[in-house]
Amino acid sequence: MAAARNDILKAGAGNRRDYITFALFVLFLGLVVSAPAETRVGDAFPALESAGLEGRLPETAGRVVLVDFWASWCAPCRVSFPHYAKLHADCTSRGLVVVAISVDEDPAAYAAFVKKLNPPFAVLRDRDHTLVRQVDVPAMPTCFLIARDGHVRALYQGFHGNETDRALREEIEKLLAASPPSP
Amino acid sequence: MKNSLLRPVAIALTGLLCLLACSGCTSSNLARVKPWERTALADYTMNPGRDPLATTAAEHVYFSREASAGGRAVGGSGCGCN
Repeated sequence: MAAARNDILKAGAGNRRDYITFALFVLFLGLVVSAPAETRVGDAFPALESAGLEGRLPETAGRVVLVDFWASWCAPCRVSFPHYAKLHADCTSRGLVVVAISVDEDPAAYAAFVKKLNPPFAVLRDRDHTLVRQVDVPAMPTCFLIARDGHVRALYQGFHGNETDRALREEIEKLLAASPPSP
Repeated sequence: MKNSLLRPVAIALTGLLCLLACSGCTSSNLARVKPWERTALADYTMNPGRDPLATTAAEHVYFSREASAGGRAVGGSGCGCN
């Protein structure tokens, strides 16, 4: 009687283990399937030429590219523009290209922002959010530093004034010092 | 015989429930606002403290009524004696 009871208890424990294992497997599968494709440090940055951006894209091949995602409604983005303008003035001759990509849905707000700040670097708009969705930008603003080989070397979330400026300059200097890739 | 049939059905049902739960978590039915989609949320009108005068007046009324002056943003007790 006692042996039969033990058998039943063991069988019940086995069933529970089966269910738990199966449930965990399904949960893991769900998480893997739902994980978004994101561009992070070390990844190749998507081609800007084929991203359907509104505006004129400068030549970026073989150069160090600073890609900044911004919006007119984002206060730190407003703070970051003068810093990028200074970077553009200091490093363009040595091979840096600054590309600021707006995610504004309202073209009027975008135009007003550009008119007010009048940035000297390239400003484009990701009207359909194609690129920003592909990259899966983690915060606004987010700045990607792309090496001459087209891979992301640094990523900065938000803009924290001089602190971000200093970090950007350090990384840009390193990337500019690296030799261009052989053709 | 009955138990041997019930077990796979129970496992299949459990799996189906898990899948449904997972699809609920990952479906687009949930409002997940991405950082680049916060145009409306970043609007001035979305700030509940956008009118300091109205906030001060509302707090005055609230704290007088509740006898809890200093109960929100001022250090000290909430007894109304400060």
